Amino acid sequence: MRFVFKTSYTQDLGLFRDGVQRRWYIALCVGLLVLPTLIPTYLVDVSLVLIYGLAGLSLMVLAGYTGLVSLGHAAFLGIGAYAHVYFAQNLGVPWVVAMALAAALTAAAGIVVGLPALRMTGIYLTIATLAFALIIQEVFVHWERVTGGLRGKPVDKPVIFGLPFGSDVAFYFLCVGVLMLGLWLTANVLRSPTGRAWVAIRDSEIAAQSMGVHLAVYKTMAFAYSAGLMGVAGALFAHKVGFLAPDIFSVLLSIQFLLMVVVGGLGSLHGALFGAVFVAMLPVAISQARDSLPAWIGAAAGIFGPGAGTAAYLGMDRFVKQPGLEPGIFGLILVLFILFEPLGIYGRWLKLRIFFSTFPLYKRATFKRQKSYMRSERLR
Amino acid sequence: MQLVLNGLAVGCIYGLVALGFVLIYKATELVNFAQGDLLMLGAFTCYMFVVWYDVGYWAAFALAVAVVALFGAALDSVILRRVLGQPQFAVVMLTIGLGAVFRSFASMTWGSEIYTLPTPFSARTTRVGGVSVSHEYVSIIVGTVLLCAVLYAFFTYTRVGVAMQAASQNQLAAYYMGIPVKRMFSLIWAISAGVAAIAGVLLAPVSLIDTNLGFIGLKAFAAAVLGGFGSIPGALVGGLTIGLIELGSGAYLPHGFKDVAAYVVLLAVLAIRPQGMFGTAGRKKV
Repeated sequence: MRFVFKTSYTQDLGLFRDGVQRRWYIALCVGLLVLPTLIPTYLVDVSLVLIYGLAGLSLMVLAGYTGLVSLGHAAFLGIGAYAHVYFAQNLGVPWVVAMALAAALTAAAGIVVGLPALRMTGIYLTIATLAFALIIQEVFVHWERVTGGLRGKPVDKPVIFGLPFGSDVAFYFLCVGVLMLGLWLTANVLRSPTGRAWVAIRDSEIAAQSMGVHLAVYKTMAFAYSAGLMGVAGALFAHKVGFLAPDIFSVLLSIQFLLMVVVGGLGSLHGALFGAVFVAMLPVAISQARDSLPAWIGAAAGIFGPGAGTAAYLGMDRFVKQPGLEPGIFGLILVLFILFEPLGIYGRWLKLRIFFSTFPLYKRATFKRQKSYMRSERLR
Repeated sequence: MQLVLNGLAVGCIYGLVALGFVLIYKATELVNFAQGDLLMLGAFTCYMFVVWYDVGYWAAFALAVAVVALFGAALDSVILRRVLGQPQFAVVMLTIGLGAVFRSFASMTWGSEIYTLPTPFSARTTRVGGVSVSHEYVSIIVGTVLLCAVLYAFFTYTRVGVAMQAASQNQLAAYYMGIPVKRMFSLIWAISAGVAAIAGVLLAPVSLIDTNLGFIGLKAFAAAVLGGFGSIPGALVGGLTIGLIELGSGAYLPHGFKDVAAYVVLLAVLAIRPQGMFGTAGRKKV
């Protein structure tokens, strides 16, 4: 186990723990640069992963660091997407300005939701954001002048400073750039006094208040920051899907975002990205499995005779072609993660790393979570 | 008048689902986002017994409620007990996940078609003072009133009911008094799931049965919050209010308001009076 002994303030201010970590991140950047030549066909999916990563980052700030769980982030994504497209296409504002305006507008929407949210805690907040998302979705349907209503709204390819970003590769690099900017900004905000205050609020509102953290201000800031990031993600998302319709931004999408944060690991930026990879890749994996699983099962059952093999093949084929399977699998994964690995993928990775670095001395109790019964918001 | 009756009937359903939320919340401090999906399971189970196995409406009703109640108890003892004492967020996510699993299960078992449940009250109306009253709506209202009376009697007069109240007031103290708190929790879950199933079966003839029936749970949230989360009469009154508001806004406001009226009310209540109509406000002391 390596211990980094800090000898100067610059070392403490650096983004990375030590040279080894920095080299790993540089390797990751190089990997992202050469990725388009490695998997040109899957580049569109990778762009979606990056956009989801941005969305996950946004929700991670709110849910993972400030402890405010929102079920309405799909609405923020939608506001960002529609605002960006409206500014850029209907009003002819330059692309970058349109994106900034979309982010600002979404942040403002975040404040609007956040303000009543200041008075409530825990579950009420989740319900309020859920209600907000449902109302906004209805607004998308009925405000036809801006959103195109149920007919939808086509989205042009992005053109930034006169440069067309239409091709998959260019769009991929655009997403990489925005995501890295978002990550850098968020990582820095989280180590600033603001970020520390958010974490304090998450851990105990009352303790934070006693230490002089102004709850209303910091909660609103968290909401605004998170919504603003979501607005940027929404702008990219609009270009990714190419066609906006109100039913994209449903509660199910909000749940997917939460799934992302939980599966990735609450309270870590890595977790947001792991979760994004997981959630964006899962439908791809399911559709792959849909094609290949019946054959495998059939072959496996074929050991017990040809009749069993065919029957298993047909049964499995019928099972995987069911329409409602995918949300069920999402739900099941969510349940399993919460029951068996509440720290998510990042937590599992941490455990593995600590297991190897402290090899014979690893203790399970290191990660044991404190259970508190009746830690309630209810008073009676 | 017709409108008021329909509003009351729909409100009763919201109230019943909200009652399910409140029962579980009061007893175990968990918020069950899958309540609406339990309602859907109840409706489907009843449909299955009536149409596939042909057992008659009342028997199917009882069977559906029993099956879903057992299922609720099993859910508690197998899954939800593990997350007691964990942050509320975990429970919310868990029940959302469970809801998705139930919906997927329903669409796999019963298909994604839309069914109608044949009942003894289907398409029959009585004229009372110039207003035609359809029996389906009356059945909902009567059923709700009966159920509430039974639940009230259960919680006030039986040993188990009083034990449950004790467990919900203070788990530790109840445990010291020799009340099997775990069993009480399973029982509460069973009751709550049973209430959801009853609501589902009552709702089935009015609305159609499909896998999205569970989204009614979201509106029931509005009812529960309006009444003050954690207050049983509040849940029912909240449900009735939401039902009337929804029908009223459908009739008098432009198209599109009906679907969101409940949520607008919810947001307004949360912003103005977060503790609801019957709730109690206060701060946690350290």
